[in-house]
Amino acid sequence: MPTLWFCLIALMLATYVLLDGFDLGAGIVHLGVARTDPERRAVIGSIAPVWDGNEVWLLAAGGTLFFAFPVLYASSFSGFYLPLIMVLWLLILRGISVEFRSLVAGSVWSPFWDLVFCLSSALLAIFYGAALGNVVRGVPLDASGYFFEPLWTNFRFGADAGILDWYTILIGIAAYLALAMHGALWVAYKCEAEVAARARRIARLGSGAVLLMTVLITLITLRIQPQILLNLSAHPWGFVFPAIVIASLAGIFYYMRGESTSVKARRAFVHSCGYLLGMLTSAAFGLYPYVLPARAGPALSLSIYNSRTSDRAMRIGLAWWIVGMILAAIYFTFLYRRFAGPVRTGESHGYD
Amino acid sequence: MGNAVGVDRLHFAFTVTFHYIFPQLTMGLALLLLVLKTAALRTGNESYNRAVQFWGRIFAINFAFGVVTGIPMEFQFGTNWAAFSRSSGGVIGQTLAMEGVFSFFLESTFLGLMLFGEKRLGQLGHWFSVFLVWLGSWLSGYLIIATDAWMQHPLAYSQGPGGNFALASFWGLLLNPWALWQYAHNMLGAVQTGAFVMAALGAFYLLSRRFEADARIFLRTGIVVGVIAAILQLFPTGDAQGVYVARYQPVTLAAMEGLFASEAGAPLAILGQPDVENRRLDNPLVIPKALSFLTYRAWTAEVRGLDSFPQSDWPDFIPLVYYSYHVMVGLGTIFIAIMLVSAFLLARGSLHNSPWMLWILMLAFPFPYIANTAGWITAEAGRQPWVIYGLMRTPAGISPQVSSGNVWFTLIGFFGMYLVLGILFLFLVYRQIDGGPAPDVRLHAVSAPAAQPATD
Repeated sequence: MPTLWFCLIALMLATYVLLDGFDLGAGIVHLGVARTDPERRAVIGSIAPVWDGNEVWLLAAGGTLFFAFPVLYASSFSGFYLPLIMVLWLLILRGISVEFRSLVAGSVWSPFWDLVFCLSSALLAIFYGAALGNVVRGVPLDASGYFFEPLWTNFRFGADAGILDWYTILIGIAAYLALAMHGALWVAYKCEAEVAARARRIARLGSGAVLLMTVLITLITLRIQPQILLNLSAHPWGFVFPAIVIASLAGIFYYMRGESTSVKARRAFVHSCGYLLGMLTSAAFGLYPYVLPARAGPALSLSIYNSRTSDRAMRIGLAWWIVGMILAAIYFTFLYRRFAGPVRTGESHGYD
Repeated sequence: MGNAVGVDRLHFAFTVTFHYIFPQLTMGLALLLLVLKTAALRTGNESYNRAVQFWGRIFAINFAFGVVTGIPMEFQFGTNWAAFSRSSGGVIGQTLAMEGVFSFFLESTFLGLMLFGEKRLGQLGHWFSVFLVWLGSWLSGYLIIATDAWMQHPLAYSQGPGGNFALASFWGLLLNPWALWQYAHNMLGAVQTGAFVMAALGAFYLLSRRFEADARIFLRTGIVVGVIAAILQLFPTGDAQGVYVARYQPVTLAAMEGLFASEAGAPLAILGQPDVENRRLDNPLVIPKALSFLTYRAWTAEVRGLDSFPQSDWPDFIPLVYYSYHVMVGLGTIFIAIMLVSAFLLARGSLHNSPWMLWILMLAFPFPYIANTAGWITAEAGRQPWVIYGLMRTPAGISPQVSSGNVWFTLIGFFGMYLVLGILFLFLVYRQIDGGPAPDVRLHAVSAPAAQPATD
């Protein structure tokens, strides 16, 4: 039962990263791909109908984590106190910048919110990466099952490292690059003409950087978190996850070659989803059964076994979770179908 | 406020109070939108559709602010109240997760269709999306109330070996009798906020002689819905809530009423200031024996005062509990009077020629916000010193390793952030009100590039 919930929550978080990832990524490349106001409207218009639905996956995953693994929820949320609250502030700023940039016409209002949108998206991507880096690297859990990490100490990787050390910053940059590529591929798929061409250029640059970064962080991470190799040698089928990463990266490069077509743009974006999914599932597979490793060693680590709620509560949760997810899948299919196809520059992004 | 628990409480109190400004209007408006859309569908009168469009825009602004200020609420359970979350996540995590899975997906999908989909969906399809937005927001409200009701009146749980609570019965949690009455009472409060705001804007437009045809619809809808909600607010929902508090949290009732000493035939205090140091009510204005009757339906029944309970179980801010309760009840009574008189004038057809009543309606709109907030302060400050009533004391619930200095840092950050949000909100709502329900609506006007002045 706890393994099932581990997989379900990992899947929900991965869904969140894939979906909110492209609108965060669109935010990162926003100022770069769209220069004029109608172009910027088109970029915002490509995410406006879906971004808050995408963000709901974070809330739903957080809530599910809360009830299935309350000890993990309590420990990690209080331990990452400062960065989490900052993530909240960034989510607030980003939300209002998307919703309100087009409500007032003028040459001051919209550019200001465009800038807020771009900066908050970029910082969120880096924060999320650094958070993942912390979970992989381990945190200073003590015997009470709690910890508190300062934002930074001396940036060195070691016993008294803070949230940000060179390793977690590196993962943050990797997340930034990956989501920038993801967002650029989304914009290249959804928008047209100049905007799409600029997005393709950024995606091309981004995918090269992502390739280098993937190799780099893989090598470092294998040294930092020995559990990953243990899991791979115990369950060799786990190599399927890194294989997804490699195949997806190859797919992105393949579909970005030569003349661009709508089909190729869509396939490149789908492969970018595959890349993110592969990276996240690799990390989840590598850590299992731990969910929050302790720096002092596995004895103090939180695993799915010592952070879970009762079997009965997990079974009760499963019943409504399945119903809820079927409904959510229906809404999302409906929503994405309605807003399928390209967003034309200069077209109203009101939904009719 | 130097100790962590004080700052943590202030942190939650501030962020939740600010947050609830928005959902109370959107939950109320969701019902009013459904009423208006149903009227449009039945009469085919285009002015109802215009009202739906206009209030849909007000709804959307409030909804966006509700979403961005709501996300911090879910996070704070873990960031600031880790020990509480750790022990109770197995129970209330379920209702909070269900809110995300069942309501937020629903609302976020259909809000866009409600706002922009009228032409594409057709009238019936549009009605359906208004209905689903209403359903999503009211479901969301229920799941939050069920969470709070568990903290007020915990049941349907089992306790594991580490002392952590886990859910034992799904329906026990969802159908907590405390939650049912609290929900009814709370939603009527939200409907009153929506109804008063709608009527106030109608009165404002009539008094300023703008959009008068639309204003009449706003007034009529607001008053008809408002008068029903105002009466049901007091009886049976408010009354039933009081009976539950008396049964399960008698010490809270004593604090709410400012009753320091147990008394047979206890009086109901209308006015007066609780003097906790000397354990008496100063300058009291009371109705003799009324409290005994309201609580136990017997004029001479004994009502237990604060002296019947150890002081360590008293709510720690008795004046706050007392005043917020009295403000809520006092305002609720005034709302009934305002709505009854307005409904009478409306039925006689003389409301539109009664500027004095329009002035009262226009100026009344902030007070339902105050009454709703005061009601929640009564419930939550009244629950103290427990975070889970009878099971876990509040100081035991905070995050053990988060220092008060770090909490102050984020609290001050939220002060600043919410100040900016508040100003932005007022500005955006002002623009909508100023533009009015005219056909050349702002949201569309600026979305359409044709209406865009060449600025780039």
